[in-house]
Amino acid sequence: MTPLLSVQGITKKYGAHIGCADVSFDLYPGEVMGIVGESGSGKSTLLGCMAGHLTPDAGKVVFDTRTDGPRDTLTMSEPERRMLGRTDWAFVHQHARDGLRMGVSAGGNVGERLMAVGERHYGDIRDKAIDWLGRVEIDADRVDDRPTTFSGGMQQRLQIARNLVTGPRLVFMDEPTGGLDVSVQARLLDLLRGLVRDMGLSAVIVTHDLAVVRLLADRLMVMKSGRVVEAGLTDQVLDDPQHAYSQLLVSSVLQV
Amino acid sequence: MTDQAYNFAYLDEQTKRMIRRAILKGLAIPGYQVPFASREMPMPYGWGTGGVQVSAAVLTPDDRFKVIDQGADDTTNAVSIRSFFQRTAGVATTTATREATVIQTRHRIPEEPLTEGQILVYQVPIPEPLRFLEPRESETRKMHSLEEYGLMHVKLYEDISRHGHIATSYAYPVKVEGRYVMDPSPIPKFDNPKLGDMAAIQLFGAGREQRIYALPPYTRVISLDFEDHPFEPSKADHPCGMCAATDSYLDELIVDDAGGRMFVCSDTDYCEARQAAGHIGKDNGGKGAA
Ligand SMILES: [Zn+2]
Repeated sequence: MTPLLSVQGITKKYGAHIGCADVSFDLYPGEVMGIVGESGSGKSTLLGCMAGHLTPDAGKVVFDTRTDGPRDTLTMSEPERRMLGRTDWAFVHQHARDGLRMGVSAGGNVGERLMAVGERHYGDIRDKAIDWLGRVEIDADRVDDRPTTFSGGMQQRLQIARNLVTGPRLVFMDEPTGGLDVSVQARLLDLLRGLVRDMGLSAVIVTHDLAVVRLLADRLMVMKSGRVVEAGLTDQVLDDPQHAYSQLLVSSVLQV
Repeated sequence: MTDQAYNFAYLDEQTKRMIRRAILKGLAIPGYQVPFASREMPMPYGWGTGGVQVSAAVLTPDDRFKVIDQGADDTTNAVSIRSFFQRTAGVATTTATREATVIQTRHRIPEEPLTEGQILVYQVPIPEPLRFLEPRESETRKMHSLEEYGLMHVKLYEDISRHGHIATSYAYPVKVEGRYVMDPSPIPKFDNPKLGDMAAIQLFGAGREQRIYALPPYTRVISLDFEDHPFEPSKADHPCGMCAATDSYLDELIVDDAGGRMFVCSDTDYCEARQAAGHIGKDNGGKGAA
């Protein structure tokens, strides 16, 4: 089977400092990869390189495109990459306001990607937006409200709806539960797990929260100082960590 | 007589050449916003300094110049721009649309169809149609170059969700030749259909924002809309009280202390010409007068 995403030797340096070094992995359709580590471990740099927000110094990010099969997204033209970014790829930011238009209604936020790919029927767009609000447990009567009137948890759910409405084949998530209250986190995690299962989503999730990967990720990579120190099935890594650093991480000795 | 303290039409020849290059580029790429080095003009921004610079660059001594402000030739703004070019270029002026070779306008397109050989110069306050949702200039530039215009429909979507219909009635966005999305300046959407397939050259100048864009004659211009909320040019549903015209854009005037209203053509030249030709509205002693 062809991997949906094949990350090969990604390296990003900031001067002499290593952001991430020689990271490789394959992600197959329907799989969720978790990337864990402390802040400064390079996991966010890696995510930025994969999603096209940062330009790595070396490596390839090969995506199995619908039309042309596997292509290195780093050498794609910018229009192609941006098109991917609003069709087959989605990116859920840690802070909802980075991923939402705060001056636009919830319906407009969810509808934007549909309009970006050419949908021109207001009634259809609105129906799909309302359907998606329902899927992320936001009442239909909030469709015309701006996200500024939403709680933090609702904003994050709205961001997820906005990203998933076009049925992306790959979702990048950066600390999707970060900054939320514990009870709100739990509800969001349940929701995400349901969506991943029902839609068969493929995703790469970067987090410092082991509860997130325990619940969502099929496989796990542990990063430290820009390098992957351990990788494997999530349960294996969490229940029987081999690398000393993974052991510290799992035992919660580290303040991550 | 031309005031000899100035070069013809105030601007020096080098500046006019720079502006003409921007205009030619704009005509070559209809709807594309061309940056230009806007000059200080002896009038404040908001008084149409962009339009004035474009007019200065296209005027020749043989031209006949008309200025309208919301359709009228006699507002302070229109009078001052007209007298500016009388003084600095010595050009003939007129209020008659068909006699003018260059027409500078704020907020209207004349009712009388323009013809080949005429130039219509628009004063533009905000040239960027994507600005209201995307404040970053670097990003809007990229959206134009990559034809990423979904955001324009988000604006219209918001309109419908809030008002039940597309409430944008001025500066209604258009797509030019199937390529660039353009702000037609704050003309009423009633005027939008005149933008397309026009025989005259249309030039748009934004002074503060330093942008020029253009529509060459007979350009395809489509107003954006949704399949289930099609574009509708709208006007007050009345005939003109002075000339009885039913096809012109109307201003609503309060005519007495009792709140009496009347509707009158915003295009004063059009209205006066119709009255002179014998068309009399009900507020002007015509049929159905009170
Ligand atoms: Zn009239």
